[in-house]
Amino acid sequence: MQLLFERSKPGRKLSLIPACDVPAVDFGDAARDAAPRLPQLAEVDLGRHYTELCKQTHGVNDGFYPLGSCTMKYNPRVNEELSALPGFTGVHPLQPTATAQGCLEVIAKTSEMLNEICGMDAMTLQPAAGAHGEFTGLQLIRAYHLDRGDTARNKIIVPDSAHGTNPASAVMVGFEVVAVPSNEQGGVDLEALKEAVGEDTAGLMLTNPNTLGLFDPNILEITKIIHEAGGLCYYDGANLNAVMGHARPGDMGFDCVHVNLHKTFSTPHGGGGPGSGPVGCKEFLAPYLPGPLVAGNEGSYEFFTPEKSMGRVRSFYGNFLVVVRALAYILTLGKEGIPEASANAVLNANYLLKRLCDLYSVPFGEQCMHEFVIDVEPLKHDTGASAMDVAKRMLDFGVHPPTMYFPLIVHEALMIEPTETEAPETLDEFVDIMRSIYDEAQADGEKLHHAPFTRFIGRPDEVNAARKPILRYDFDGE
Amino acid sequence: MGSYIPATQDERADLLKACGLDSVDDLFAIVPPEARVSELNLEPGLSELEVSEKVRAIADKNVLFKSIFRGAGAYNHYIPSIVKTITTKEEFVTAYTPYQAEISQGVLQSIFEYQTQICELTGMDVSNASVYDGATAAAEAVIMLEERKKSGVVVCAGVHPQVKEVVETYAASRGIEVSYAGSGFTTSPEELATALEGKAAASVLVQSPNFFGSIEDVAGLAEATHTAGAKLIMSANPISLGALKTPADLGADVAVGEGQPLGMPLAFGGPYLGYMATTTKNMRKLPGRIVGQTTDDEGRRAFVLTLQAREQHIRREKASSNICSNQALCAMTASVYLAAVGPDGLAQVAQNSAAHAHYLAEELAKLGFETKNDGAFFNEFVTSCPVDVEVLLSSLAESGILGGLPVEDGILWCCTEVNTKAQIDSLLSAIKEVL
Repeated sequence: MQLLFERSKPGRKLSLIPACDVPAVDFGDAARDAAPRLPQLAEVDLGRHYTELCKQTHGVNDGFYPLGSCTMKYNPRVNEELSALPGFTGVHPLQPTATAQGCLEVIAKTSEMLNEICGMDAMTLQPAAGAHGEFTGLQLIRAYHLDRGDTARNKIIVPDSAHGTNPASAVMVGFEVVAVPSNEQGGVDLEALKEAVGEDTAGLMLTNPNTLGLFDPNILEITKIIHEAGGLCYYDGANLNAVMGHARPGDMGFDCVHVNLHKTFSTPHGGGGPGSGPVGCKEFLAPYLPGPLVAGNEGSYEFFTPEKSMGRVRSFYGNFLVVVRALAYILTLGKEGIPEASANAVLNANYLLKRLCDLYSVPFGEQCMHEFVIDVEPLKHDTGASAMDVAKRMLDFGVHPPTMYFPLIVHEALMIEPTETEAPETLDEFVDIMRSIYDEAQADGEKLHHAPFTRFIGRPDEVNAARKPILRYDFDGE
Repeated sequence: MGSYIPATQDERADLLKACGLDSVDDLFAIVPPEARVSELNLEPGLSELEVSEKVRAIADKNVLFKSIFRGAGAYNHYIPSIVKTITTKEEFVTAYTPYQAEISQGVLQSIFEYQTQICELTGMDVSNASVYDGATAAAEAVIMLEERKKSGVVVCAGVHPQVKEVVETYAASRGIEVSYAGSGFTTSPEELATALEGKAAASVLVQSPNFFGSIEDVAGLAEATHTAGAKLIMSANPISLGALKTPADLGADVAVGEGQPLGMPLAFGGPYLGYMATTTKNMRKLPGRIVGQTTDDEGRRAFVLTLQAREQHIRREKASSNICSNQALCAMTASVYLAAVGPDGLAQVAQNSAAHAHYLAEELAKLGFETKNDGAFFNEFVTSCPVDVEVLLSSLAESGILGGLPVEDGILWCCTEVNTKAQIDSLLSAIKEVL
């Protein structure tokens, strides 16, 4: 389809703002030489352009989206309505706090409830995404060690099953990364961990359940090993949807945690953001949190910056409207609804695992938490059809494929996370699709290399895209 | 209690049975008892009606000002209706990062269009798909420009204080030195040259129009930067780029900024949008998602996430940044906004904002509020205040007016196209009552 720039016709426009009612300003030498080549369109052109783009977009509300580790649960409509209230959208971030008590209350209440869910004592909502939360949590760990004069702790231990953001975040905070291998059950290898810790250990980053969808039964032993070595434990909350209301990172021995409001707390993913990655911590780390935080009681909330704050990680107070959605979600579910959501997320995943394990290889057993990994290697060996081929064929059935080729320790991995908001019949349909793709592979593995067959485009040439990058429209090339 | 689980109790029982399990508790059998929590200390769940009333009551505790003359990083521009209509479409709202190009062409094309528009605004060759906000964009740019033999950033005095703070947080843990140049409303090339002396700094960060609204001599600062062997990061309000010279024309190597003015509401500070663009030479160092054009197996135009070899999911600890989720829907918002206003509309928004600010400055001067900026300004400016600042601002608040932001030397005022002459005249009358 056409790009905005190809639809553009000189002279087309919307009538949005009135003519200026005061004398014009002459910018002189500072004035721009030539106008930016923005598209010139009528409102109807614009509306139809995006309606067409919409049809080439698959969201959770279009269909099943079992993208592992991304927790693509249904995004409730009421949350959207409430976050769009003028009483929130019209508030200037620098208006006096006495006139923004509602916003401060949202921050205070959401922080308090997230602390309860995570077993933490203090929380910042400033981080704008999960990776930003990791950055913030690791800064906390760094600030703590430095404040104690413990300057030699420069290493962060990360299991080999971790999300790529973990090692990348550690480096952004100036740490070195020490990878520890997984054991045969998919958990942290305790012996390897004991060997890895030492006086240079700043801390551990762990996702639990991990990216294989497995809860590490040695979790208390793991956090103890780190603490005894003088390190701190960071909980990557990407998979919190598996355990919320049943187990708390704070009770597992973690000192700080980030949660993804856009995963666990139902806020929409927006095509890749805005998310929100609040960071919670135990009392002893609270003095290092980014400011400002909110203190006080209803009607008299105030901002304050902790005494030894690491400094800001973002302007203002984070992705505030995302926080409003999460607040509405937590209020809706409440004390019973939160564990009910995670229990059903785990139940749905186990049901899928059970139904798929006779066809596809499941390298880490037949019970999981909220997600699981299948290994397409045997199918590839027999038929030539890879994890990529299976995923691409799935597109023809209107299902978003699972996460592919992750975690890295399973070579032909498909990581499946159904979430609690999918009905049994959706799970059954998915099993049927996986079964028919399996049968197709057996009949003609070669054919699947060309899937999908019915989407707007076929497989794009990614190699050429990277080799000869075209990253913007070429106005002169037409 | 509220719930979004479709499965009925009977269906859940069937699923459990199919899994060979007796109870929900069996699902969590692997969790050590010491780590189990019996009950959360939260209120019971609520119906939609109750939640709606509760959250509306919280929103009602905020004061909504009838007119806003405060900016300082968050700007009250008019948001065209079409922007809201398009960016609330469920498909766009509920999709995730477009990993599967074949069913994500809508999101991918919109990012490609956004990247093109940011390149047009800034004069740069390459834009990423966005970062969290203007402050983190500046911090990411500082990290991106670090070299083996050159390190450290010199920040011009007029950069937004919160941007300075974020840059300091990002720099400190990596051992990147942050120093400052100048002290007045603008930084001169001579002041910058002095600050760069004896340093092998990797970058200089300037904001123009800066925190005080002043238009900096960016071309002069670029020359001083390049003479010292460093690279220039220019942060700009994207609305100003409808009227003022582009970062590329002024000699900047990286353009960054807060994209909020492009169709995003004030929203108590977020979600906003960090834009980030640079020259082809720095393309492979740019952090974050980037969308590229290619063809599919039948030769049709297609868009994909590209240059992923820079990113954390491939490079892990060797990645150029840890960024994963960005602000995609905000980038789409900016893109729809720019398409809605078009080149003439953007110039008009820029011109009207600046013209209103200049009119306000002149009228305030007549009342004894002296403009402090030493040179040209855009849509913000600092004045002295002949009366107690707090007394003045509280009095304005009573009339439903959010006055300028109190700063060290007085008040930082802001106008946009929505602050019409009538609105400004009301502000002036309200001020006269206090004098």
